[in-house]
Amino acid sequence: MEALDLARWQFGITTVYHFILVPLTIGLAPLVAIMQTKWLRSGEEKWMRLAEFFGKILIINFALGVATGIVQEFQFGMNWSEYSRFVGDIFGAPLAFEALLAFFLESTFLGLWVFGRGRMSAKLNTLCIWLVAIGVNLSAYFILAANSFMQHPVGAIYNEETGRAELDGVGGFLEVLTNVKALAAISHVITASFMVAGTVVAGIAVWWMVRSTRRSIEGQPEMWRSAARFGAVTILISAGLVGLSGHWQGQLVYAQQPMKMASAEAQCHTEEGAPLSLIAIGDFTNDCENVLRILDIPFVTSFMATNHFTGPESEVAGVAEVQEFYQEQFAELHGEDYDYRPNLFVTYYSFRGMIGFMAFPVILALATLWKTRENRMWVSDRWATFAILTIPTPFIASNFGWIFTEMGRQPWVVAPNLENLDQPTATGVDRVMLLTDWGVSQVTSPGMVLGTLIGFTVLYLMLGIVWFLLVRRYTYEGINLTGGEAPQPDDENQPLSFVY
Amino acid sequence: MEFLPYVWFVLIGVLWTGYLTLEGFDFGVGMLFTRLSRNPKERRVSLNTIGPHWDGNEVWLLTAGGATFAAFPEWYATMFSGMYLALFLILVLLIVRITALEWRGKINDERWRRRWDGIHTTSAWGVSILWGVAFANLVQGMEIEVLRITDAATQTFETVSANEIESATVAEAASFTHHLTGGFFSLLTPFTIVGGLVTLSLFLSHGAIFLALKTAGELQVRAEKYAARLSLVSLVITGAWALWAQLVYATSMWSWIPLIIAALCLVGAAVFAQRGDELRAFIANFVGIAAAVAFIFTAMFPYVMRSSINEAYSLSIEQATATGPTQIIMLVAALIFVPIVIGYSAWSYKVFAKRISVDDIPDTAAGLSRVMDDNRR
Repeated sequence: MEALDLARWQFGITTVYHFILVPLTIGLAPLVAIMQTKWLRSGEEKWMRLAEFFGKILIINFALGVATGIVQEFQFGMNWSEYSRFVGDIFGAPLAFEALLAFFLESTFLGLWVFGRGRMSAKLNTLCIWLVAIGVNLSAYFILAANSFMQHPVGAIYNEETGRAELDGVGGFLEVLTNVKALAAISHVITASFMVAGTVVAGIAVWWMVRSTRRSIEGQPEMWRSAARFGAVTILISAGLVGLSGHWQGQLVYAQQPMKMASAEAQCHTEEGAPLSLIAIGDFTNDCENVLRILDIPFVTSFMATNHFTGPESEVAGVAEVQEFYQEQFAELHGEDYDYRPNLFVTYYSFRGMIGFMAFPVILALATLWKTRENRMWVSDRWATFAILTIPTPFIASNFGWIFTEMGRQPWVVAPNLENLDQPTATGVDRVMLLTDWGVSQVTSPGMVLGTLIGFTVLYLMLGIVWFLLVRRYTYEGINLTGGEAPQPDDENQPLSFVY
Repeated sequence: MEFLPYVWFVLIGVLWTGYLTLEGFDFGVGMLFTRLSRNPKERRVSLNTIGPHWDGNEVWLLTAGGATFAAFPEWYATMFSGMYLALFLILVLLIVRITALEWRGKINDERWRRRWDGIHTTSAWGVSILWGVAFANLVQGMEIEVLRITDAATQTFETVSANEIESATVAEAASFTHHLTGGFFSLLTPFTIVGGLVTLSLFLSHGAIFLALKTAGELQVRAEKYAARLSLVSLVITGAWALWAQLVYATSMWSWIPLIIAALCLVGAAVFAQRGDELRAFIANFVGIAAAVAFIFTAMFPYVMRSSINEAYSLSIEQATATGPTQIIMLVAALIFVPIVIGYSAWSYKVFAKRISVDDIPDTAAGLSRVMDDNRR
């Protein structure tokens, strides 16, 4: 294998791993903040206990999220230095903003929240967890603005002399931050993250609701019932928003990256009233001619892309036509035979994985709300098992979403902005794009990349196992209502009761 | 706007200063706590001195990295792809250190904690040496060459000769890129290895002084003793290395100024540490490390990466720089947000200003038992 392939595998593996932890942090921090606020306002101890319990899971998760995030930042320089040279002027700024505006906030106030209980007023302590929640969401915003530039570059010009992309004046940065692609991606990712966190809360709570009822643990079934309903409501609200933002995203991708959507549907040729494919089999190697679509829903793809079911306005581009278009457009730059098609199999099935796995949390949420209505308790071992098994599903869906987003972008690392292609070359915007082949570092040998790839994979695997066992152990432990006192606010002299 | 790259060169220095002065004592505490603490409670005391702060301290590194990416893309690209394996080692050590810190208290089991403590201490030692090696390389110069693309399709490169660089037009010069082609072992020379010992000894004394400042009781007495000895050691090693750097490698006479300031501060730190005046010793050591970073940056000015092959291959501030708009936006953000960050960080130190002693640690250890209770199973 070449350094390029290995560097791609390394980026893919480290990103997917990092993105198991990140959505949970993004969603769970605000949920814990809400729980603690509920306790603060109502004085009901159960909400404090729940905030503490899910707070511990948040911390276990946060540590590994931070640790793996550092790798993400430096990998651009290590494996993708040519990419960094090309877009550093634009891409580096949101990364620096993320650190300066978001990371400091979340890290400092997480320390204050964890260690400051009892050292500061309950109100101030609650403010700390809110600032953590704001920090993690802000950091999602900046990183997605950076990623969206790779999907749909705006605010940049190409400097003929240096061969680099440059920020188009100070206003260019505002364009990067308000990139329509970024706004859609952010609403989609943040709502999906709430769905992930809601599922963790609901899944664990339903399981414990059943367990504590079976064992008649005093006070607990009611507490877990509240948590289960809280998680379920979170799932339903965010699922609705995930759908809406997903539709918005989809329409943008059809307009901005037609190859990605055509591949997601394995649609070979441009057609009107295009159907939505549910399952396809056959030979997925690049050409979609040999793919057999066996379950189609008529007109739906056209509607998703254009809001029209039939007629000329419902036309959706196919893989072959987009390929031809790109080859014509970039013949001078990349030669006439360059293949602009992403891996068809991965793109097609990651799209279905993303949508399909989202169904499980919704089922869990609907059933939970129905079965626990009007102070009813829900005691069913089968559903308790289903609740636990549902927890991984939104994680899987989120990761399929990322794989789809990033694999569908290939072979570009910075996809061309199609709106710019008919602009005059003098402004240089039509050249703000970069093939992945050209972004990889030149001084790193395949051996080095392979070594670090194995290193990171083995290390991540070991830490991932410990992470899972820790979260599982804390889930099993649940909440012990008899042990320990509720925190006493504002007592400077009480012993520090924490974590190490 | 021609001064902007120089402003950013200084600001990158400031960000690294924030990282090394703050995370420096975290590393020091990490290296020392298994040796200094005589029992499990003392260990917890040690770790709790840095507990609320280490995560925020580490963000200075991420900010320095991100800011270098944006303000000097060429520097970012050349440095991190060139120092590939060294950076990989640093990242691995940082990762395991974070998890060791956060997870050691999650399970109440002596073996579990000992294992994580071992990992924590080892990684703190490793990282402390590696940062010094890296910075010493910046002062000494590395095997940097200037390459030019010969075939875009196959991405083939060739070395540009020093003469060609001098006579190149603007457009030609723009197509040249700097690459560190020496590989991992070219980064290890006697000078850079001593550089590693410099950060190691500085962080050790920084950590010992910080522990003496933040703890009470027997642990503090022990930490004071260590601080007194270690501050002398770091003064000698740092002094010797800095003179070596100044006399052999420094690009100008200006770097004498931060060198002398650093020396005076470290002497002050050593004197205060002997007297047991921890607060003054800590401040002096803090400023001493800051001045040492300033020395490193002045000693390589006006280059960001010096070539040991040929001066003409060195990457200068101007060659590495991003464009004006990027630097203006980032400057505005830095001027607004760095003070805010410093403000709330300082507040967090104030919230936890009280010295910690074993009396503050509850008798019950933190964390859950390793296995489930039978009646909870």
